[in-house]
Amino acid sequence: MRDVRVSLVGYGIVGHGVVEVLNRKKKVLREMGLDLKLVSVTDHTGTVFSEEGINAEKILGERTLQNVATSSMKGKEAIIAIDSDLVVEVTPTNIVHGQPGLGHMEAALSSGKHVVTSNKGPLVVAYSNLRKLAEDNGVMLKFEATVGGVMPLISLVERTLVGNTIYGIRGIFNGTCNYILTRMAEEGIPYTHALSEAQDLGIAEADPSYDVEGVDTAGKVVILANSLFDMNVKYSDMNVTGITGVTSEALALAKKRGYVIKLIGDVPALTVRPTLVPIGSPIAVAGTLNSAAIYTDISGTITVTGLGAGSIETASAILSDIISIYRTKRIDAIF
Amino acid sequence: MRLSMDLELQDVPGQLLLALQPLKDSKANIISVVHHRDRKTPRGLIPVRFVVEMDRSKLETVKKQLQDSGISVVRAGEDRFIEAISVVLVGHILDSDLGDTIKRIDSTGFAEVMDLSLTMPGVDEPSSAYLKIRATGKAEIQKALTILREVGEEKKLLVIEPIEAEAV
Repeated sequence: MRDVRVSLVGYGIVGHGVVEVLNRKKKVLREMGLDLKLVSVTDHTGTVFSEEGINAEKILGERTLQNVATSSMKGKEAIIAIDSDLVVEVTPTNIVHGQPGLGHMEAALSSGKHVVTSNKGPLVVAYSNLRKLAEDNGVMLKFEATVGGVMPLISLVERTLVGNTIYGIRGIFNGTCNYILTRMAEEGIPYTHALSEAQDLGIAEADPSYDVEGVDTAGKVVILANSLFDMNVKYSDMNVTGITGVTSEALALAKKRGYVIKLIGDVPALTVRPTLVPIGSPIAVAGTLNSAAIYTDISGTITVTGLGAGSIETASAILSDIISIYRTKRIDAIF
Repeated sequence: MRLSMDLELQDVPGQLLLALQPLKDSKANIISVVHHRDRKTPRGLIPVRFVVEMDRSKLETVKKQLQDSGISVVRAGEDRFIEAISVVLVGHILDSDLGDTIKRIDSTGFAEVMDLSLTMPGVDEPSSAYLKIRATGKAEIQKALTILREVGEEKKLLVIEPIEAEAV
């Protein structure tokens, strides 16, 4: 049995999902030979710590850790002080400076801890530094959950499609935009109506600009470009147009000619823009779904689709990343 | 010489055979026949495109024979524009001189706007347009798109291009 001590940093929607999934999968993981023990959970109010592993039921009902914290330690302090093998970093993302996640990841990697994250900001801002820090300290940095949520993309390219030359990846990487465009096309309603509907359903944020201006999609394209294409690009290298200018009339005209309009991110073109996609194309998925077409030399085009967000769904991508860290050394290495 | 012909056939048995006869008589070698059953015209006719290798001087005879058999010949001639692409524009399309936008493509000599639909919801609201552009080849389509992108930037129009089927 491999014992792994996990620290969770960030206790929002995804953080709750991680606690629940680790708890729910405990037995399955043990059968696999992996004993994951969640020893600490930290948010902006403090830290819950337990040497024997935190009882998920005790904290899942709490929105923040304010009433259950056993220590006032926060952020980097907690990451360095607590003895753990792996840090799950799921604090809110910031695509401009990457903080606080960037500091958390640097602290964890420098102190020899693996990092698994759904936080795009630090990877967009400082991917190559983080990668180097991980290599220098002999640990891994895994971030499947940052792009396309549960949709397997990074591991699919890195592992399953290993040996292929990847020419490019195009896809829908933002469920909020896809929902809005889908509703506009289906109902012929204007952008503002579809947006308020998405906000009512909790699919779009009160300030939706991060999603609808294409910023979120562009951040994901940057991560794909850096991690899968070794491009070493920054957010400022992206050419980004969001969906705010798309009219329901444009969608209707497109539909008449056999197209839908989708917000498509493209690597290595480094573009994000509304694009005509033929109706029936495998990447033309509806609602909040994400999709990606991977263009390869010897496998042709491979398309994946899946839920782009959600608490449990994102946590599932984090769980796969955690397991893969411990499987990598035993199974996948070439000796 | 390679020529293409767009015909419209009635949706009754034997029409395709009827259309083939004049081609056979003029010793045309058929390169391809595309039967667009899914794109029936409002009159219920079925568009069919023939691409044939034949002597150009016989084209008028073939056309006349087809018309005499009751087949409507929509277009027949040299296949100059072989590639086409759909584009959607959003913005103040008319106010930013739609005529000029089209002319910028048409004046290239290798590409032209062959279809245009415009929707204008209100005076101050952005209008939307569907354009079909055809060109003499794939590279020319890309050149036409580059021009359209420049025009879009200049006139503050959102240019929505089709996704490319293959990685570049």
